[in-house]
Amino acid sequence: MGYMTIDGIEVEFTDESNVLSVIRKADIDIPTLCYHSELSVYGACRLCTVENDRGKTFASCSERPRDGMVIYTNTPRLMKYRKMILELLLSAHCRDCTTCIKSGECHLQELAHRMGVTSIGYENKKTQYPIDMSSPAIVRDPNKCILCGDCVRMCDNVQHVNAIDFAYRGTEALVTPAFDKTIAETDCVNCGQCRAVCPTGAISINTNIEVIWEALADKNVKVIAQIAPAVRVAVGDAFGLARGENVMGKIVNVMHRMGFDEVYDTAYGADLTVMEESKELLERLTSGEKLPLFTSCCPAWVSYCESHYPELVDHISTCRSPMQMFGAVMQEYYKEPKKNGGKQILSVAVMPCTAKKAEILRGESKTDGKQDVDYVLTTTELITMIKKTGIRFENLDIESSDMPFGIGSGAGIIFGNTGGVTEAVLRRLTDGHNRSDMDRIRHSGVRGEEGIKELTFPYKDREIRAAVVSGLGNADELIKRIKSGEAEYDFVEVMACHRGCVMGGGQPVQAGPRTRAARAKGLYDTDINTQIKKSNENPLTVTLYNTLLKGKEHKLLHRNME
Amino acid sequence: MLDASFYEKTDEIIEQHTREECSLIPIIQDIQAEYRYLPPELLNYVAREIGITEAKAYSVASFYENFSFEPKGKYVIKVCDGTACHVRKSIPILDRLYNDLKLSKEKATTDDMLFTLETVSCLGACGLAPVLTVNDKVYPGMTPEAATELIKKLRGEADAEN
Repeated sequence: MGYMTIDGIEVEFTDESNVLSVIRKADIDIPTLCYHSELSVYGACRLCTVENDRGKTFASCSERPRDGMVIYTNTPRLMKYRKMILELLLSAHCRDCTTCIKSGECHLQELAHRMGVTSIGYENKKTQYPIDMSSPAIVRDPNKCILCGDCVRMCDNVQHVNAIDFAYRGTEALVTPAFDKTIAETDCVNCGQCRAVCPTGAISINTNIEVIWEALADKNVKVIAQIAPAVRVAVGDAFGLARGENVMGKIVNVMHRMGFDEVYDTAYGADLTVMEESKELLERLTSGEKLPLFTSCCPAWVSYCESHYPELVDHISTCRSPMQMFGAVMQEYYKEPKKNGGKQILSVAVMPCTAKKAEILRGESKTDGKQDVDYVLTTTELITMIKKTGIRFENLDIESSDMPFGIGSGAGIIFGNTGGVTEAVLRRLTDGHNRSDMDRIRHSGVRGEEGIKELTFPYKDREIRAAVVSGLGNADELIKRIKSGEAEYDFVEVMACHRGCVMGGGQPVQAGPRTRAARAKGLYDTDINTQIKKSNENPLTVTLYNTLLKGKEHKLLHRNME
Repeated sequence: MLDASFYEKTDEIIEQHTREECSLIPIIQDIQAEYRYLPPELLNYVAREIGITEAKAYSVASFYENFSFEPKGKYVIKVCDGTACHVRKSIPILDRLYNDLKLSKEKATTDDMLFTLETVSCLGACGLAPVLTVNDKVYPGMTPEAATELIKKLRGEADAEN
C-alpha cells in the first residue's frame, strides 16, 4: 500500500508486485517483450526500464513498488535506450515483415513502429536455421526468435511440458527442443500457449487456409463447417466490435458468403458430449471403478496424460470431444446421396485451439478408417480469411446457423470457459430446470478464473466431488494431490489452457485481462439468452438419439480405441 | 544404442549424488570424466532419473563449453587464446597443430581418436604464455616447433602402450 509519483502524477498502489503493474494501472502502456503477468519475471528485454528522481535507471518489471517513489517513464534518455534496444534486437532478426504470418499482430513490429525505428544500421549476421514444420499445430521459425523466453516459461512453468528450452549460449543461443529435435519428436501437446505469448513470428500456427480456399472454390465439394463456442467471442474485436461480443450471427453470414455450404454449431456437439459423459459418470459412480473420471474434451490434456501419466489414461472419459462427436455424426448424416448431393464432403472445424489440428489426425478420430474432421481452422485463421475477402464484417447482418445441427443449449455454449463442462454435466444431472436450479449450480464454485476449483454437488443420496482445472501445470499439481491421497474426486474437468478454450492457443493473441474477462462473460451472457439451458432438453439431441444415433451411439460418440 | 554397461555405470554415478535437479551438473561431469564425453543417451537417462525434462538437461549441458556430446580423443589439447597468449603468438601454434593433425575448426578430433584440439579463452596462466594443456598437464612457453615435437612424443607414447 502506498503512493508513488509516475511522470508527475500521483498513483496509488495496493498489492501490485512490481512497478510495471503500477505504471500500467496508471494507463501508461510501457513497452515490454518478455513480461507476462502470468509468467515469472525474467527481466531480459529491458524495454520497461524507467528512471527515478536521482537519475538511476532500472527495469520496472523486477522492482517492487515503494511508498514515495518518484519515477519517469518517458525521459529522452529512456526513449533513446528503448529505440536502441529494438534496433539491436532487429539487427539479428528476420526483417521480412511483409511476408510474415504474424504481421499486424506482431508485438516486436508494433513496438519498433511505436518507438520510431525507421532503419537498422546493422547487417543480420546470425546463422540461419531451418523452419520446423513438423507439428500439425505450430510452426517454429528460430530466425524470428528474440530469445525473450516467454514460450519457454509458458511451456515449463505454466504447462509443465517443457518441450522447448534455451540451448547453447551467447550469439548461438537458441530456443529449441533437446538435441535439435523437431517439435513433433518431443512431448509437445500442441496446446499453442507458446504461440499465444510469442511476441514475434517465431512460433505461429500451422495454417490450412489455402486448402480451404481451394475447397470453397470447388463446385464438386460440399464444405461443412462447425464453429466452436469460444470462437464467437474472439472474432469481433478484430473488426472494431466490442471485445467478447458474441458475433456468431455475423460469422455464419460471412462464412456463407465465403462459400461454406453449411455452418453448424459445435455447441450441439458439446450437448452430445454432456449426454454421454454424464452417463459415463453415473456408470462409474455405480461401479466405483476408474474414478475420478477425467474429461476428454481437450486434446492437449489427453496428450499430456498419455505422456506424463499413462497409468491414468483409463480414467479419461471414452467420449470423443465435442468436435469429434460432431464430425462423426455429420459424416454419418451426409452419407446419404440425397443429403450430399453427389458431392464430396469436406468437414471443417473452426476452433480456438491448435491442439485440435493434431486431434483430427489421431487414429481414434476416424470412423471406418476415415477422418471425421478433415481440417481445423483456428479463430486466428478464420479472421485472416475474412480479412482477405474485404467483407466489412462489422457491418454484416446476422444469420442463424444452419439446421439440422444449428441449435446448441446454453450448457453447450459455456464449454468454452473453464468449468463449463462441469456446469453442463451438473445441469444434466439436476432434475429441475428453472432459474433457481441453474443459479444453485452456477454458485457451486464451478465459475471463476482460478486454475484449480473444487466443489461438491448433491446428487440423489450422495455427493459428487468435482474439481475443475485449467492449465496443464495446475492439472499436474492436482494429479499429484490425487496420487498422494491428499485429494479425492469423482469428476475432474481438465482444460490445457488456463481459463479454458476462450484463451486457447488458436485465439487472437495479445489478449489482456479485460479481453479475457470479456470473452468469458460473452459466453455466459449467451447462455443467459438461450432458452434451452440443459443438453438433454435440446430438441435436436432427443431427435438424434431416436434416429441417426440409434444403435450407433458407441461407434459415433466414443473414441475408437483400436 | 549404448551398451548396457553405460547405464549401469551411470546408475552408479547417480547413486553418489542426490536424485535432484541440482545434481545434474556434478552427475554429468562424472559421466564425462568416465567417458571423456557425454553420450546424449546418458544425458536423457540422467534427466529422467533425477526428474527433469530432456529440454532442461540439454539447456544446461549445451550452455557449458566443457560438455561435449561428441566422443573426444585420448589426448585433449587445449590451446589458450586468451589475450596474453594471443599477443604472444598462440595462433601460429594452433595453425601448426591443425596442420600436423589434419584438423580444423569444424573437425576437432582425429579419425584414430587419439587427439582432440580445442581453443580456450584463458587458462589463468598468463605468465607462462603462450600455453597449452594436454589433458590436465600444462605446457608453458610453447612454439610451433615445440608443438610438433609434443605431438610426436604423444604418438610415440600411445604406440608404446598398444
